[in-house]
Amino acid sequence: MSKIGGAFENGKAFIAFVTCGDPDLSTTAACVRAAVENGADLIELGIPFSDPTAEGPVIQGANLRALTGGVTTDKIFDMVRELRKDVGVPMVFMTYANVVFSYGAERFFGACKEIGMDGVILPDLPYEEKEEFLPVAHKYGIDLISLIAPTSENRIAMIAKEAEGFLYIVSSLGVTGTRSEIKTDLKSIVEVVRQNTDIPCAIGFGISTPEQAKKMAEISDGAIVGSAIVKLIGQYGKEAPEHVGAYVRKMKDALEAVSLI
Amino acid sequence: MTNQNGRFGIHGGQYIPETLMNAVIELEEAYNHFKDDPAFNEELTALLNDYAGRPSRLYFAKKMTEDLGGAKIYLKREDLNHTGAHKINNVLGQALLAKKMGKTRLIAETGAGQHGVATATAAALLGMECVVFMGEEDTIRQALNVYRMRLLGAEVIPVKSGTATLKDAVSEAMREWTSRIADTHYCLGSVMGPHPFPTIVRDFQAVISKEIKEQILEKEGKLPDAVIACVGGGSNAIGTFYHFIEDKDVRLIGCEAAGRGIDTFETAATVNTGKLGIFHGMKSYFCQDEYGQIAPVYSISAGLDYPGIGPEHAHLHDIGRAEYVPVTDDEAVEAFEYLSRTEGIIPAIESAHAVAYAEKIAPAMGKDQIIVITISGRGDKDCAAIARYRGEDIHE
Repeated sequence: MSKIGGAFENGKAFIAFVTCGDPDLSTTAACVRAAVENGADLIELGIPFSDPTAEGPVIQGANLRALTGGVTTDKIFDMVRELRKDVGVPMVFMTYANVVFSYGAERFFGACKEIGMDGVILPDLPYEEKEEFLPVAHKYGIDLISLIAPTSENRIAMIAKEAEGFLYIVSSLGVTGTRSEIKTDLKSIVEVVRQNTDIPCAIGFGISTPEQAKKMAEISDGAIVGSAIVKLIGQYGKEAPEHVGAYVRKMKDALEAVSLI
Repeated sequence: MTNQNGRFGIHGGQYIPETLMNAVIELEEAYNHFKDDPAFNEELTALLNDYAGRPSRLYFAKKMTEDLGGAKIYLKREDLNHTGAHKINNVLGQALLAKKMGKTRLIAETGAGQHGVATATAAALLGMECVVFMGEEDTIRQALNVYRMRLLGAEVIPVKSGTATLKDAVSEAMREWTSRIADTHYCLGSVMGPHPFPTIVRDFQAVISKEIKEQILEKEGKLPDAVIACVGGGSNAIGTFYHFIEDKDVRLIGCEAAGRGIDTFETAATVNTGKLGIFHGMKSYFCQDEYGQIAPVYSISAGLDYPGIGPEHAHLHDIGRAEYVPVTDDEAVEAFEYLSRTEGIIPAIESAHAVAYAEKIAPAMGKDQIIVITISGRGDKDCAAIARYRGEDIHE
């Protein structure tokens, strides 16, 4: 099992997403530390992209602010290098195929290994195209995280069988962003996943409240929260870290209640 | 030219969210079934002929030929199609296919508004719901087309994200498709996006070169020396090239929008200034910075204002089969005025890019040589914008 598996060993995992460089990289680093101190088990670091087609308005806005602020892939690598001096939890990048491709897959995954990243999530790299990066990712011991969507149906088994790190289950149709209600029959999706793999699976897209996180954790191994955290950062700017910390604590507490059951 | 995974050489592919994968697989299966179905083809041909007005004319531009003093110039009049552009060829095909698939709603992106108008038209004709995404900037540049779409019963959604132009309209249409798939078909307007769109759109536009070939053989008894078309995503260009790809003596020339020049940042000439990348579902050439951030491109023409090019064009460029040349705003505007004055034909500003390049090469060619220029659309929609470009204060 890769290091990512460790994130799922303290009960139900809470996975926190932040967009790097929104509003600046020192705030991003402080938010990561606040999230980890308050119980986040895995950190997803978004490398901003000019045209994030899988994101809703909240994360689109964060990408735009970060890029306008001058953040680059290299500056993000430098931030991770600093973070790794004291942050031990598994961390994965979330970005788009062109960010990796234009940097050069060899250089990108090589850097991931050197700075201590554990995996990469690329929402525009489905099963059919993963050979684009998989051989290089494996060369450097980086997990390429697969996603399963409400529309995956007959594809779930195929994807799950070859999944690594953890499986990212997309809760709803559409783009990222908070939702008042999640209607997908996630229980049956998770059942098919369980029949085909032993790696953990976490649910993301649309989760913002402790109640939703608890519900998702009851049927899977963890909850992923992005837009709700990014919204706090958008709202509080440089003052965001303490708010992010408090929010993560509230969410992790809800998950710990599930773990005890 | 495509292989199993929708590749043209190294280009193409399906770089899209997992949420959309079953939708594109379903589309590919349906297309493979219906493309050889006699009843489907009969119905489509009837629509193309009786409704859209095909075959479009191949017109000998006598005055332009005499004026330039070189090659004989023919114009393929896609501007005479119903709705005023080549876009209707693809839209009627896709809308009919979507209907056969049981879809009741069409969504589309549009730049100049021509594809949006064509989609709204097909939706009205076939009794389908229609939503068109258009960059806010373009809704201002092409206000008349916005009105036309609404008149046809479509909802037009101005896209404010990013640069508020064509690429953002594509991104927003893709986002909409991931949120509503069951009843909705994404009627993509160019030979771009994930497989099978570049193949489907090409096949529906290939009627242009099929007709050119028949018409020129009838008029001249030989093939042209060059065919010229403008290229944004590249649908009228691939339609113009397709049946000549195997005829190696026919030059295939795509005219990219250079905007204020390929040595400036205000350009949309993808092959001339871009590099290999992955975006909007495909591997191809894109205008981008060193970190892979897509560049905010510029052209006077809303229809060519796109930072990428279809994967089959990228491949034709790689193997040296087609040439992609830059044409600036100034050159296109001059050609827009030139064709209007010389032949009494007002071309779309997009098509004027192709006219401009023909003006450059025709004089040096022999009088026995032939150039075919595809006039992809008519220019009524551009008159107000070109007048403003020339400093005249007129409004629609």
